[in-house]
Amino acid sequence: MKIHEYQAKALLREFGVAVPKGEVADTPAQAREIAQRLGGKVVVKAQIHAGGRGKGGGIKLADDPASAERAAGQVLGMMLKTPQTPPEGIKVRKVLVEEASAIERELYLSITLDRARATHVVMASQAGGMEIEEVAAQTPDKILREWTHPALGLGDFQGRRLAFGLGFAGDQLKQAVPLIRNLFAVYLAKDCSLAEINPLVVTRDGRVFALDAKLNFDDNALYRHGDIVGLRDIHEEDPLDVEASKYGLNYIKLDGNVGCMVNGAGLAMATMDIVKLAGGEPANFLDVGGGASPEQIENAFRILSSDPSVKAVFINVFGGILRVDRLAEGIIAAVRKLGLKLPVVLRAEGTNVEQGKKMLADSGLALTMATDMADGAKKAVAFAKGQKA
Amino acid sequence: MSVLVDKSTRVVVQGITGKEGAFHAARCKEYGTHVVGGVTPGKGGTTHDGFPVWNTVGEAVAKEGATCALIFVPPAAAADAIMESAAAGVPLVICITEGIPVADMVRAKHFVASTASRLIGPNCPGVITPDQAKVGIMPGHIHKLGDVGVLSRSGTLTYEVVGQLSARNIGQSTCVGIGGDPVNGTSFVDVLRLFNDDPDTRAIMMIGEIGGTAEEEAAAFIKASVKKPVVGFICGQTAPPGRRMGHAGAIIAGGKGTAAEKMRVLGDAGVTVVKSPADMGATVAKVIGK
Repeated sequence: MKIHEYQAKALLREFGVAVPKGEVADTPAQAREIAQRLGGKVVVKAQIHAGGRGKGGGIKLADDPASAERAAGQVLGMMLKTPQTPPEGIKVRKVLVEEASAIERELYLSITLDRARATHVVMASQAGGMEIEEVAAQTPDKILREWTHPALGLGDFQGRRLAFGLGFAGDQLKQAVPLIRNLFAVYLAKDCSLAEINPLVVTRDGRVFALDAKLNFDDNALYRHGDIVGLRDIHEEDPLDVEASKYGLNYIKLDGNVGCMVNGAGLAMATMDIVKLAGGEPANFLDVGGGASPEQIENAFRILSSDPSVKAVFINVFGGILRVDRLAEGIIAAVRKLGLKLPVVLRAEGTNVEQGKKMLADSGLALTMATDMADGAKKAVAFAKGQKA
Repeated sequence: MSVLVDKSTRVVVQGITGKEGAFHAARCKEYGTHVVGGVTPGKGGTTHDGFPVWNTVGEAVAKEGATCALIFVPPAAAADAIMESAAAGVPLVICITEGIPVADMVRAKHFVASTASRLIGPNCPGVITPDQAKVGIMPGHIHKLGDVGVLSRSGTLTYEVVGQLSARNIGQSTCVGIGGDPVNGTSFVDVLRLFNDDPDTRAIMMIGEIGGTAEEEAAAFIKASVKKPVVGFICGQTAPPGRRMGHAGAIIAGGKGTAAEKMRVLGDAGVTVVKSPADMGATVAKVIGK
């Protein structure tokens, strides 16, 4: 799960990671009041989950409260387009108004999982403000890494190594070491999947703080973080994704027109692949999970067919825990309720497949049966293109 | 004959009184697996569907000589269940549970590494040696005894390849699901080593997916050490970057972990890489001359 910058900074502040003074605003008038309270120059920053906001015109500098109000007026409500947003952009609903600082150095600091080593890694680089992937590709030796101990966490000696590596000394070192330690503390305490400060800055007056902040969270751990769940902004998510998550379905909307409904993540990905190989484009990833109930199948079918770009549905199920008879029950219930407006191709194998196929045959629904994955993909793609399978 | 599980495997099911645990304990037993009983803390001394229930894994080891733990404990307590079995000296711990927090698995994996136990999973279908032992949730009837070793990060896609193999009368030595999570106990390399050393595994079918570098590590190992033919498939060729495709581990992040790159590296290592998931069985048949 992702949260906004202003929410991330509030969490960082709570854990003792230095951030600029600032507050969030919903209206230009509020932005003006905040700028007044802060005094001096401010930065008005669009709050959307995607990165690259500056390039899209979502970050503006303002000399005084009146220009802060004007800047907020321009940014709030705009459809902000960045390389990371959908082509139409994302609507800006909030801005963060922060004190502007004279910056001397921009650095990079992040914590994430190192899958190969199966532990968390703290990464730092003097090349702040850049995409870390670019730094990693061009100058991998410029990235410092400290792997945390799975049980003991991050040692202070590791924090110092990173801080020295970033070129800190004297008073700034005394700011940087606790900042690194506290960032790891929030990462661990809140089950983050990523804690990224890019850039971490040193100001001309010698302060060290997080100028930007990104915290992502491990979805599997959200059950123990009600406070984090409360920070979810569903405006940032595709409405169909949100609807699917209500029913415990793994759904991701894509650009094609062949709706896919599959059990299991691997088979769901493979089904998208085979649709593409058959000359079509998948409209979505949808994993109904191992033990889907008939109700979940019904909801999955409803969500899938409510996407207006879907022209044909390909159901590909290899029954293991999910028995094919249960799948059939769900499909029959869904079609009875919603009608069958789209061509549906079904390929089913595995546990109770004969029983399931008989139920579907007896139901009289006009489904197209496929003999295997390749056959199913071919038929679904043909339907989506308006041909007869 | 096989790897990891066989006729001598004695299974204790953790979370046996739960819906999934009870259902699959019965299915494993039906298949012929020696299920000695189960563990649910607080329900020790009772029986569930004819299985004795203990409070701790230690009791199952002491009383019944359990050699394998099969875990269905819910995500919040699953990492602890893994550590309990490892602490009790169970040599093989297979965790089916999906949705365990990553931070919990980092600690559990580290703990297991300090013991002599091997962890398979989590978020996996388990392990099956056809006609000998089914320790997991896979549909047993699709499998057929034979000499192709199957390993995979995915559950249902493993069933798919097994179905394709069995339909061609190609049997399997053992099928191992290593799981779809970013932190898991046993890697592709670990299982490849077992298959490579197993005299009754003639060829290997490996199913990878986007995300991480487990397939790249497998490719390096295959190139250096594996003497048997390997057929590989990577799912997620059409997956968009930055989105978690169901499995917590299946995500293309920072341009890393793409299917194209994994397919290229495996091909370079001498693996016969299949492009379409429909061709997995036919390709294995061709490679082994069947």
